[in-house]
Amino acid sequence: MKHSFGDCLFKWGCLFCAAMALLLLFGFFAQLTAGSAEAWRRFGFGFLVSSAWDPVAGKFGALPAVTGTLLTTAIALIAALPLAFAAAMYLTDAPRPIALVLGHAVDLLAAIPSVIYGMWGLFVLVPLMQDHVQPFLVERLGLCGLPFVNRDFNGFGIFTAGIILAVMILPYICAVMRDVFVMTPPVLRESAFGVGCTRWEVARDIVLGYGMRGVMGGVFIGLGRALGETMAVLFVIGNVMKMPDGIFSGSTTIAATLANNFPEADGLQKSALFALGLILLCMSFGIQSLSQYCLRADAVRRGSR
Amino acid sequence: MKKRGFLFRKSVDIAVRAFSALAVALAAAAMLWIFWELFARGGAALSWSFLTNPSKPYGIPDGGVANALLGTVFITSGAAVLGVVPAVCAGIYLAEFRDTPKLSAAIRFAANVLMGMPSVLSGLFVYTVMVAPTGRFSGLAASVALAVIMFPVVMRTTEDMLSMVPYALRESALALGMSRMRTTLLIVCRSAGNGLLTGILLSLSRVAGETAPLLFTALFADSWPTDYFSGPTANMPVLITEYSTNSPFAAMHAAGWGAALTVTALVFLVNMTSRILFREKHHGN
Repeated sequence: MKHSFGDCLFKWGCLFCAAMALLLLFGFFAQLTAGSAEAWRRFGFGFLVSSAWDPVAGKFGALPAVTGTLLTTAIALIAALPLAFAAAMYLTDAPRPIALVLGHAVDLLAAIPSVIYGMWGLFVLVPLMQDHVQPFLVERLGLCGLPFVNRDFNGFGIFTAGIILAVMILPYICAVMRDVFVMTPPVLRESAFGVGCTRWEVARDIVLGYGMRGVMGGVFIGLGRALGETMAVLFVIGNVMKMPDGIFSGSTTIAATLANNFPEADGLQKSALFALGLILLCMSFGIQSLSQYCLRADAVRRGSR
Repeated sequence: MKKRGFLFRKSVDIAVRAFSALAVALAAAAMLWIFWELFARGGAALSWSFLTNPSKPYGIPDGGVANALLGTVFITSGAAVLGVVPAVCAGIYLAEFRDTPKLSAAIRFAANVLMGMPSVLSGLFVYTVMVAPTGRFSGLAASVALAVIMFPVVMRTTEDMLSMVPYALRESALALGMSRMRTTLLIVCRSAGNGLLTGILLSLSRVAGETAPLLFTALFADSWPTDYFSGPTANMPVLITEYSTNSPFAAMHAAGWGAALTVTALVFLVNMTSRILFREKHHGN
């Protein structure tokens, strides 16, 4: 078939635009690597395990920020995962009008800008944590005997940030899980009900067994969101550049450190911040790749792609 | 498999179902709670002068958010102008040109990874590419940062929407002698039009409230956004951040809540519009 000049131009133009996705991804890596070169040269891989952050002395380390990132993400997942799973289970089985309204309500959580979560966290959740939740957990339940739980608290810190992140990632995980649950062949579910399984047994053994990879994909998507969330965390984490004593102490995350320090930083500190950015990029790239792998594997299994 | 009594299984089932109803109620309650706080605290600050006066430093009366509102509109529309056309073209390539499956798979993968990329990194990227070389923060840089965030989202929705257009439509257009370009733009894109618009609006509503990239690109200014191309530009998200974290004054906090309510209302307006558009399309078919 003969292609006209216009068609050719159109195709190459579109190809160029599409290739921009690859270029952008490559550009992110290139720019952060170039920007952080000085920090890596100065500190080497010791940067990853050093907990120093002293702009005056010119000593920087990634450990506090990485620890804070991992801890907040872990708390968010632990809190959001069972809730998202249960909510998705309810929404797939609920009568249509109820599922529609409540499903929209959950979806709307994802539409709220993150800075609003930050404000809500700062002015509503932090005082609540300080006056009621944390005293209850520490003094009434005596949780401070456990490892990683410290006695002194002021409302700010890893725990509060984790709770806000949990609310923020819940709709994302829930949406992916709902898609996966809805796509379970009805025949499988009906036959399980037919042999006398309860709803919970069907959900656990049939639906989850069938869509495990898809569910994992949803989990990774939520994980990726929690890792890189900036504003909501920035407002409530306390922004302390040192290793946390426990989950109630102030800390920082990679994204919050970047947002907080980058505009005023220069020289070695800027380079160290770029290095933190590179660590975040690699973490997020790994997580997203895993989620793509899981969702793809799920789709292949269902024969839809 | 372990054998369990009927009563045990039944009660576990009831407990799990109660928990799952509770989970949904909790999520819905969290949403209502956030909205209630927004209305209760932000509603008090809202007034006509709040929406029409520019922001002012603490202590000067009659401060508002008009300049930040206008700045946000500028920055977001700038992002749409810069990002939408390339993103739609990229989506067209993925959906319409299937002769390079390996390359398309790589591009699709890159787009999916970019979609989950922390937005703060997009700010860093644009800072290095645009702000550091020129030494000038600008609203335009912020638009570019938001366009980078929008790009993969619009690209993937475009691909999904175009893939839903039946093949017969393309074949009949080509059989009538239309060129590939005209077929794609006039037939395929038009019949997927509502879907495309929905995708674009949804991604716009997402980036309109985006804050982290603006901290390194647009910064903030108490002036009207006349320096969009060359200087710090006022915008709502950074105004909210500044007023609520860097100010000890209750009056600023109240203004911050008012701004938060305004932004959320704006975001939801766009979000709802796009959802309704999409619903109408479904009814139409």
